[in-house]
Amino acid sequence: MSPETVATLAKIGVWLTALLSVAPAMLWFERRIPAFMQDRLGPNRVGPLGLLQGIADAVKFIFKEEFTPANADRPLFLLAPVLALIPALTTYLVIPFGPEVVIGGHSTKLVVIDSDSGVLLFLALASLGVYSLVLAGYSSNNKYSLMGSIRASAQMVSYELALTTAVVCALIPAGTLNLAEVVDYQRAHLWQAISQPIGMLVFLVAAFAETNRLPFDLPEAESELVAGYLTEYGGLRWAMFFMGEYMSMTTLSALFVTLYFGGWSLPFVDFSGLSGLVQALIGFTVLAAKIAAMLFLFVWVRWTFPRFRYDQLMRLGWKALLPLAVLQLVATAALTVGGVL
Amino acid sequence: MELAVFVLFGLAALVSAALVVAHRNPVYATMSLVVTLVSTAVLFVLLGSPFLAALQILLYTGAILVLFLFVIMLLNIGRERSSGARSPAQTWSAVILALLLAGSLGRLVWDAHKDSEAPPLDATFVSLRGLSEQLFSSYLLPFELIGLLLLVAVVAASWLARRHEEDEPEVAAPSPEDRP
Amino acid sequence: MTVPVSWYLLLAAALFAIGVIGALTRRSGIAIFLSIELMLNAANLTLAAYSRLLGDRAGQMVVFFALAVAAAEAAVGLALFINIFRLRRTIDVNRLNLMRW
Repeated sequence: MSPETVATLAKIGVWLTALLSVAPAMLWFERRIPAFMQDRLGPNRVGPLGLLQGIADAVKFIFKEEFTPANADRPLFLLAPVLALIPALTTYLVIPFGPEVVIGGHSTKLVVIDSDSGVLLFLALASLGVYSLVLAGYSSNNKYSLMGSIRASAQMVSYELALTTAVVCALIPAGTLNLAEVVDYQRAHLWQAISQPIGMLVFLVAAFAETNRLPFDLPEAESELVAGYLTEYGGLRWAMFFMGEYMSMTTLSALFVTLYFGGWSLPFVDFSGLSGLVQALIGFTVLAAKIAAMLFLFVWVRWTFPRFRYDQLMRLGWKALLPLAVLQLVATAALTVGGVL
Repeated sequence: MELAVFVLFGLAALVSAALVVAHRNPVYATMSLVVTLVSTAVLFVLLGSPFLAALQILLYTGAILVLFLFVIMLLNIGRERSSGARSPAQTWSAVILALLLAGSLGRLVWDAHKDSEAPPLDATFVSLRGLSEQLFSSYLLPFELIGLLLLVAVVAASWLARRHEEDEPEVAAPSPEDRP
Repeated sequence: MTVPVSWYLLLAAALFAIGVIGALTRRSGIAIFLSIELMLNAANLTLAAYSRLLGDRAGQMVVFFALAVAAAEAAVGLALFINIFRLRRTIDVNRLNLMRW
């Protein structure tokens, strides 16, 4: 194998290990943190501090019955959970986790696909996620599932507009679609969270809606729709949706911190004197820490805000977020042309 | 490497295209078209245009075909029923016509280009910067017109798809033979 | 080994022919629409292949514009189907014969 192939496989390996460990970690996180907020203990029986709870849950999923409703469209019913994992398992390819480093005599950029169209590729692959929701709702042959999936896809399509506009704003000052160059721009200037606060907020709110998290978890609103498009799913198939959701949260958080919080870099600190492997390690740790902070925010918000009503959700998306994103677009363009940014 | 990718995704595109045309369930046909379009996107990458590949997935599969699925689900269009209306003669003449078309197109392409060599892919051809500079200079007018066209389409689509109370037929319930 | 561009052109011709079969034989309006999208996709592939062969970006530009026009066309076309379905309760083109003589 050529050194390039080895480097690419190693980078993919690092990402996959991190992503696959997110779901069990979040299982624990999402119970212990709210427990702490509500002055409870939370799960603490399996392992020290309940740390092995994720494994116990995984075992439970594996042994549950794989149920398929009688009138379900079986091939599509089985396909939907698999499709839920596709965006999660592909979008990280364009997220950089370090500078160009020299490891073992070979120079390599710490990103799997170093493409001009990086962000576009991310958005394209992420947009494939809507198929799993539509198919899950359609194939279950259940009115709650269908309602949930129509809500979910309408919500995702609506908020994608605001999200994409915010992303465009974040790309204008750096003048590139390549995320590595966006990070370089932020190392040379300021974090874009400071220069583009409105765009950052729009992206943040839209990210909650895109991943169907509270306060925008209308598609699975259990008090109205049983569990939305997930109603007929159980066992491992349900677990796949669940993993897909957590992994999408992670990759979207990675895009968020890369665009607005300097990605793998730390302000005022320069690691370029260190050896290649150490730089890679520091870059990945910094990125992972920022993503972890974002995931904590996801959990925090979930246990703080009540669910929106559906018309409120649509009004927020179309009448508040989209105009704000356009405002940020005009402001950023004007400031960039004026030479301020 | 390029050959392997071409054969794999070329075959995937052909097989799924055949499924689009042959499958009676519109949801399966649409999902097959998704596979065709994604395979074509991979071929776009091989042809030195990752930008078009990303755009194809983002626009075509991420937006247009989702719209198709929505309409199919909301209208609850079931399988096409095989009634006597479609004669085998029609099918076979269509197939023969299409084969003739494919044959002559293939012959034309083969005669003209069997020895044509593409120039080596250089970085400027693949780069997005070159493409966008051309798009916003030589192609500025078409670009603006496309924006106008999309606006007109949005207005037209939302007007067409709104509920016309006065046009609703008296009998709202579907006749039994229309149920899927 | 690099793939000769003529192979892409042949593949596109085959895809186009498959689309033609669908457009000529299917009776559901949606299925015909899908076949037309298939033919459009084949044309896009041809344009991209020629763009590569000639080393000229004009082909890619046309694909870019074709994608945008396809979005507009799909939106209006599907809105028409919704309307037809509301009025006639079917999108079977054999039964939509009001304009036929």
